[in-house]
Amino acid sequence: MDAEISLRVDGESHRLTVDTRTTLLDALRERLGNTSPKKGCDHGQCGACTVLLDGQRSLICLALAVAHDGAEITTADGLAPAGELHPVQQAFLEQDAFQCGYCTPGQVCSAVGVLDEVARGWPSHVTEDLTGDVELSDAEVSERMSGNLCRCAAYENITPAVQQAGAR
Amino acid sequence: MKPFAYAHPGDVAEAVRDVAAEPNAVFLAGGTNLVDHLKLGIATPDLVVDVRTLTSREVTDLPDGGLRLGAASTNSEVAADRRVRERYPVLAQALLAGATGQLRNMATTGGNPLQRTRCVYFGDVTTPCNKREPGSGCSAVGGYTRYLAVLGVPAALPDPTAPETCIATHPSDMAVALAALDAQVQVLGPAGTRTIPFGELHRLVGDDPSTDTTLEHGELITSIDLPPLPAGTRSSYRKVRDRASYAYALVSVAAVVSGDDVRIALGGVAHKPWRATRAEELLRGRPLTDHAVRAAMDAELAGAQPQPGVGGGNGFKIPLAARTVVATLRELTSEATR
Repeated sequence: MDAEISLRVDGESHRLTVDTRTTLLDALRERLGNTSPKKGCDHGQCGACTVLLDGQRSLICLALAVAHDGAEITTADGLAPAGELHPVQQAFLEQDAFQCGYCTPGQVCSAVGVLDEVARGWPSHVTEDLTGDVELSDAEVSERMSGNLCRCAAYENITPAVQQAGAR
Repeated sequence: MKPFAYAHPGDVAEAVRDVAAEPNAVFLAGGTNLVDHLKLGIATPDLVVDVRTLTSREVTDLPDGGLRLGAASTNSEVAADRRVRERYPVLAQALLAGATGQLRNMATTGGNPLQRTRCVYFGDVTTPCNKREPGSGCSAVGGYTRYLAVLGVPAALPDPTAPETCIATHPSDMAVALAALDAQVQVLGPAGTRTIPFGELHRLVGDDPSTDTTLEHGELITSIDLPPLPAGTRSSYRKVRDRASYAYALVSVAAVVSGDDVRIALGGVAHKPWRATRAEELLRGRPLTDHAVRAAMDAELAGAQPQPGVGGGNGFKIPLAARTVVATLRELTSEATR
């Protein structure tokens, strides 16, 4: 069964007809040709499909496109308009925070979300004082980024990259 | 994925009418569990009714001093709410112990308690499962029981062919905290509104493993209310798991201590969040010494049934639950005297 929806992806508006079963991930990759979000597990376990969905890091393999008519989406590609890298992307480069790169767009979008959540004072499972300030310790970054798996295990460099971007 | 019709009604009343009118209809909110189940063939609805933008996304103060969590508020937003962090730390901690940042940004207050079990056989459509396919049997008996129940199950080795056999656990962390807080679930259904005490939202298996809750078809959670807590109340959530992050609980404990009153709920041990009412009775009005808590938990767990299985089964959960309650209450009482 089909439905017509509109999406705003990386600053561009699109109207498209989708099957009700289509996920946002498949709509972006297969219909709009935006292959920045990756399909890893397709079950919400790996984080490769992470984008900013209406401003919040989200897994679009678990989002039905029809349920997000009118959504505003920023992918890792859209974080670098006109080729100018986002501070998180620049930090990933400088810290060598990837090997094969497949999980990287999801890691980058997730890190952008993490830094925003920290700026808003959101605690995490490892935050000592629930109502106090949050510091970007190794433990905080690891906990907050635990939804993004890296099969190459580049975590040792991802954590400093997130901290570097957060320090700016 | 089986084809389905999608509806996005104008308001909650219409959504309830839509679902009530179609026996094979489901509500959709954050989708983190349902969309996965659509892909796996575990959920095969004819109609999906989207309520994500219909219920309130706000956390509001109640006249009695409690808080109302709108059904569409996300797990992230509730955990970050300053009133929740200050007055109901057990809930903020439980939410933050669950899933990942991305999933918490999507999962909702109304949806989280309605997520289904993570029993591996429920998730595998090639295996018999009384919860997924009533009457087909239970593949978990003697199988991979590490994450499965020890309380509320009839025997240490139930009949795997019996239609009532199910040793699944409820996976939610949030629900364990809500059980300890005596939250109230506000529901809208075809017959109107009603309030369900949180402890009565979920059911034990009984003779029907396929049904997780006491909600009727078409009933929608519109909000969950947190009752006010007496001044000086302390609360905490402790989760024991196989990994430091992003793993379901082997055992979890939500504890709320107000004066002489102590409330304890256990996760990861039963088909529903398990209120340790026997232990609570034994501890009411008594000093919460390690010895007293240990004895109370031994009484609570006297009827527990270790399930044999792969890797030694799940009998380890019984002493683990007792020790985790002791540790949680020790931390809460030492905070009070600090």
